[in-house]
Amino acid sequence: MNHPTIARVSDVSKRFVLHKDKSLKERLVNFAASRRHRDDFWALKDVNLDIEVGSTVGLVGHNGSGKSTLLKVIGGIIEPTTGMVERRGRLAALLELGAGFHPDLTGRENVYLNAAILGQSRAETARVFDEIVEFSGIEAFIDTQVKFYSSGMYVRLAFAVAIHVDPDLLLVDEVLAVGDEPFQRKCMDKIAQFQSEGRTILLVSHSAEQVGSLCDRVVVLHSGEIRYDGATERGIQILRAGYEDERRHQEQAHQSVTGEVPPYSIVEATAEAQESSGSLDVIVRVTVDIERPRDHWVLGLSIDNTLGMRLYGVTSLDLDVELPNAVGRHDIVVTLPDVRVGTGTYLLNVGVGDRFGQNYDRAPGAASFQTTAPTAGHGLLRINPRFASQSAKSPHA
Amino acid sequence: MTSPEIMERANRIAALPFVVVGGRSSFARGARSSLLDIWDHRELLAGLVRREIKSRYKDSSLGIVWSLFRPLAQLLIYYLAIGKVLGAARGTPDFAIFVFIGLTTWGLYAEIIQGSTTSVLNNAGLVKKVYLPREIFPLSTVGSAMFNALVQMVVLALAIVFLSSAPFRFGWTLLYAPLGIATVIVFAVAVGLVLSALNVYLRDTQHLVEIVMIVLFWASPIVYSYTYVHALLHGNWLEQVYLANPATIAILGVQKALWAAGSLNIGGIAQAWPPDLGLRLAITLLVSLALLLPAQRIFARLQGNFAQEL
Repeated sequence: MNHPTIARVSDVSKRFVLHKDKSLKERLVNFAASRRHRDDFWALKDVNLDIEVGSTVGLVGHNGSGKSTLLKVIGGIIEPTTGMVERRGRLAALLELGAGFHPDLTGRENVYLNAAILGQSRAETARVFDEIVEFSGIEAFIDTQVKFYSSGMYVRLAFAVAIHVDPDLLLVDEVLAVGDEPFQRKCMDKIAQFQSEGRTILLVSHSAEQVGSLCDRVVVLHSGEIRYDGATERGIQILRAGYEDERRHQEQAHQSVTGEVPPYSIVEATAEAQESSGSLDVIVRVTVDIERPRDHWVLGLSIDNTLGMRLYGVTSLDLDVELPNAVGRHDIVVTLPDVRVGTGTYLLNVGVGDRFGQNYDRAPGAASFQTTAPTAGHGLLRINPRFASQSAKSPHA
Repeated sequence: MTSPEIMERANRIAALPFVVVGGRSSFARGARSSLLDIWDHRELLAGLVRREIKSRYKDSSLGIVWSLFRPLAQLLIYYLAIGKVLGAARGTPDFAIFVFIGLTTWGLYAEIIQGSTTSVLNNAGLVKKVYLPREIFPLSTVGSAMFNALVQMVVLALAIVFLSSAPFRFGWTLLYAPLGIATVIVFAVAVGLVLSALNVYLRDTQHLVEIVMIVLFWASPIVYSYTYVHALLHGNWLEQVYLANPATIAILGVQKALWAAGSLNIGGIAQAWPPDLGLRLAITLLVSLALLLPAQRIFARLQGNFAQEL
């Protein structure tokens, strides 16, 4: 099916000017200097983006990569310095829960006001009012002033209002999944319902797992530029690789400052998948350099799927394994027999540390393995189900 | 696997034209689309006005009555200090009614301007997080100011009925009252729009406005009558400057309509009125209306950077 575009971002750049003097006196005094002293900061550089109807797009990136700015530009909250944003359909921007809640007003009054802020008419709000209150689960306090609410009640009511507006395009900034676990599940169900109704969602998130489970497209931003735009799995990998680069960079910087060599470091890790008669064995080989042995050390490994979900984790401590502890290079082989995961690619993370949880070295995504064996059904697990049926005579027959 | 609901939504959206978000558009077309945008958000505007009024007197046992006490206290002060002690009441019949008319009209004017000036700043949380036509914020202060003025006008009407020494005059001049009030509102909105946007960039604006309003209070015939000004200046150019003040003309209009004793030569000297008061009032209103357009355009130009300046 040909998907129409709901929002189009063309060559958008955004410059922030950072100036520190705010008052008239300061401006007059610093007038000559202010041109020279002001700092320009480009939060977005030539961003082009087409968002299709019905898609769920995740905007990811490091802190300060410009993803929230891009969301605000699309929402019309910030004007781009150059370029153009075109949009159609009804928009709701959910950048902060309860923006516009007035502490002195009751929950009921705030529901109407907040819904109006999100672009809903009074009549429309009245129609879904009971649903909102039911969703929030605070029926007993709806006529109490909001300032007496607990913080949990506050965000639940705010989220309930936000989720009951009727947008074609929903912009979300880090506000999904609030409240306790049952409420979070309710939120996620509602998002899934939004998707099934063909609404478009543009989501800024730091949680790779959330992005992986919700989005069908990922845009990775790096210092204001689009680094990747496409399939979710690849996007998350690129984001992770970026985090990893940064971490290594910091570690190296730290090492060069302190001049310390880590006592244990991971040289290499490989994983090999051996498939035979429907069972999958994974052989992991880790090479560790020991520089300055301590009285003990621990090797840990974990398996993630490509959407960033942790499937399994284990350490040598859990199994009481004795590891070699002499200066030099050691190869350690870990066999994971009969791994029952569904078809796909899996990432292996390896780490070394002490038993108190301090890390000496880590190698996230150091190795990967694939399973191509056809399975019945789909999902994370490989299960070969057996169906059986028993029939009894119908009493009406 | 596409459900009909999804198809329907996709088709509906595909049929909609693209709208440029926050782009700079031409002078007249930009104003038109801004106006439509505000009109689309009229329910929100009403909601914000309600919020303002409700939250102001929530948890106080006297509630809305408080909004009356300030002008009544002012009335008492001016009546005693200027009317009785300085003797202005002798030359101004029904001095209490005269002062209260001026105070009510001025109160409306000042509240709109001062409220608008800080309105965007006070709603920083919303400006930064939600897209709304930002004109909503200065406009919402108009609503609550009008509500306050309305309460005062009820009291004023009672005062006129029970305290006026001259019979109430029905006639064409009565129209000056709504005309004057309208002028005050329109002019204050135009000024307030610009000031509210300026205050985001320069916080000094709100303090400056506060002082200027104190000065301007005495530049309009509120606690002294126009007769004194006329007697002093004899219609020279300075008096024309005095009369060029939109607030002055509007207040004079409301006084002409509602202050019956001032139009009769009773109880003291005959009151002076500027010539062609009706015409002046109409022109001031038209000019104020015309000013709304540039004011809105200045606001629109400045509002693009609100979210990052706050």
